Amino acid sequence: MKGFKKYYGQKIFWYLLTLVFAVILNFVLPRMMPGDPVSAIASRSINGMQDSTAIQKVYQDYAEKFGINKPMYEQFFIWLSHALKGDFGVSFSQYPRTVADIISSSVWWTVALQLPAIIVGWFLGNLLGAIAAYIRGVFDKVILPFFLFVSNIPAFGMATILLFIFAIRLGVAPSSGGYGFDLIPNASWVFVKSVIAHYQLPFWSIVLITIGGQAIGMRSMSIYELNADYVKYSRFLGIKDRKIVGYVFRNAMLPQITGLALSLGTMIGGALVAEIIFSYPGLGTTMLTAIKGQDYPLLSACTLIITIMVLIANLVVELLYGVIDPRVKANQQD
Amino acid sequence: MKNTIKQVFHSGKFLVGFIIFFIIFLTCIFYPLIVRTDPLAMVGNGNFFAPGTYISQEEAATEEPYSLNVDASSAKLQAALSVDDLSAMQQWLIKYGGVKESDIDVTDAQKMAELWQAHYDSTVAQPGLIAAKKKYYVRLDKKITAALKDSGVIIADKDADTGALTESKTIKETDFINTGDISNKRTFILGTDNFGRDVLTELISATVSSLKIGFIAGLIATAIGLFLGLLAGYLGGFPDNLIMFITNLFTVIPSFVILILISYSVGNSARGIMMVALIIGLTSWPWTTRSVRSQVISLRNRDHVNLSKLSGHSMMRIIFTDILPYIASYVVMAMILQISSGILSEAQLSMIGLGPATTKTATLGLMMNWAMQYSAHLNGSWWAYFPVVIMIALISFSLNLMNTGLDQVFNPQLRD
Repeated sequence: MKGFKKYYGQKIFWYLLTLVFAVILNFVLPRMMPGDPVSAIASRSINGMQDSTAIQKVYQDYAEKFGINKPMYEQFFIWLSHALKGDFGVSFSQYPRTVADIISSSVWWTVALQLPAIIVGWFLGNLLGAIAAYIRGVFDKVILPFFLFVSNIPAFGMATILLFIFAIRLGVAPSSGGYGFDLIPNASWVFVKSVIAHYQLPFWSIVLITIGGQAIGMRSMSIYELNADYVKYSRFLGIKDRKIVGYVFRNAMLPQITGLALSLGTMIGGALVAEIIFSYPGLGTTMLTAIKGQDYPLLSACTLIITIMVLIANLVVELLYGVIDPRVKANQQD
Repeated sequence: MKNTIKQVFHSGKFLVGFIIFFIIFLTCIFYPLIVRTDPLAMVGNGNFFAPGTYISQEEAATEEPYSLNVDASSAKLQAALSVDDLSAMQQWLIKYGGVKESDIDVTDAQKMAELWQAHYDSTVAQPGLIAAKKKYYVRLDKKITAALKDSGVIIADKDADTGALTESKTIKETDFINTGDISNKRTFILGTDNFGRDVLTELISATVSSLKIGFIAGLIATAIGLFLGLLAGYLGGFPDNLIMFITNLFTVIPSFVILILISYSVGNSARGIMMVALIIGLTSWPWTTRSVRSQVISLRNRDHVNLSKLSGHSMMRIIFTDILPYIASYVVMAMILQISSGILSEAQLSMIGLGPATTKTATLGLMMNWAMQYSAHLNGSWWAYFPVVIMIALISFSLNLMNTGLDQVFNPQLRD
């Protein structure tokens, strides 16, 4: 048990360190934009003002608010101390809403959409891949190439295809938004039904994309494992086929879990763009409005929250891996 | 070398991928030679013209007509009356016209119109019908009468002095022209986009720039990845630890986020095609580094490398003669994947508004972005974005197939 603690401790320490770097990058990069972002924002709000002392005041106000008159490292610590309290400042494009308010209203949409979609897609893909490896034949020749092609359609492309077929042509699903535009979020049955209806297309477009890639990886892993010596030995021993498939599946699964951890960032990036197609009220759409409105406090808060989400997801996957993989377990018990 | 290439082309997957990619590549080269118009010329005056051939209306009207015995009125009726109109007519005829339901065939517009003309009377009492609906029926009646009328369109010349019109030609219902006679026409196989640009021509030029971006990004990412991977794998020790630390950092922090942050920080004015390619290349090297490093580590202690070391060969020479040739196939595969992911990254970046900030060239992502901004996906203008999606999918499909094919050739374990 002590070994496990050490393993987990190391992992968590490593992720905290990564988080620190991510935070620094998040702070520094948007501030490296040529020209002074604050003056650009200030110039927008003084647009049309005549009184020069008022203009001066507005400018100073903004400068003070962002502390750009202080050195970079001091700015960083001020920003950090605010950020730790959940205060990311005020959004420019949606003034006077605070960034924290916008993020907190959009982040759950993204989490509720992407987490189940990626997990479902991953499971279905692995199942499909394992079946394809075991059965071969039709499955291998027809369904897999199809999914191979589908997995190469970018997430936003799949989103437009589903949107065109199901929302525009067949009219069975709503085309945009996270709930009916005539509704106000509340706990009523009508609202929940509307949310579920709007959930379908974004959800399935992410699932379909995920399935293909996972199935292909799982198939080749399973084929590799099926030809391994231990499978042949088990057959000689007369162990039941069902049990052998269980072993194979478990062994082939391990690299797939690592693969999930590695590709999680890419997947989430793609899914965020797919959100934009549906104007889903998640982080992707928020990011688009932030970029369009030159709203850099909002943008950097969005990217930070996405980074944190990916980090947490990765950490969970790695910790799970420690439990599942017998080799890690064995290492820790020594 | 020759043998390897032969072997590679024997792989079915590689061949299919290669053929698809090659066709796209050839199209990109030869299409601009045949169609020499500016790909970004705004031809259409308005957005999203549907695919088809557009012929000059003026020329069509002045062209010498052929008389065909085709019943044009029924086609005109079909075009004029929607399904809703027909069912509304049916309702009226049953309720107020005294026609039996069994006598009405809603699918036959011609018969419906005849029945309608025989029974409709706007002055008849229509109890239970609101005024708006009554007016709708009057309008419907006018529409049907107009469609059935065999009057023809009169073309008149205007006298320059008096302004009086003199009839010069009547276009009858039975007049047809051969589209081949019209010299003034333009075919948009994929319609036009929101700026009125020909989508097909634009698509080809966008594919060229996207391939360019993918290629440059892939080259940069592979070069950095290869360099760092070799260094880390071969040297080991502190350089290895440092490089792996940075690499791990950037594999966990999603590259999409860094891509967004850098693209944003560069600013709009500096973000051209080359800049975007550079940024994508600079953010996507970590996994190449990782895999090159693990390959090098497995090679480092092989006998031939040790022998070279004992012979006192320089590090450069060992790397170039004893290590690089062994991982060359691997690096090529990694680069193919980098190209494909570079093209995708550009598209995604453009979708959230951080793509190349230029109006002088088109990229696949920018085309997609414009189509979405003008809600092509909501108003049914599929031609503005489906070709782009399919092009991206085809490029990445062909590259991935090539990669899988190579993988099977060079990793015999994976062969079926």
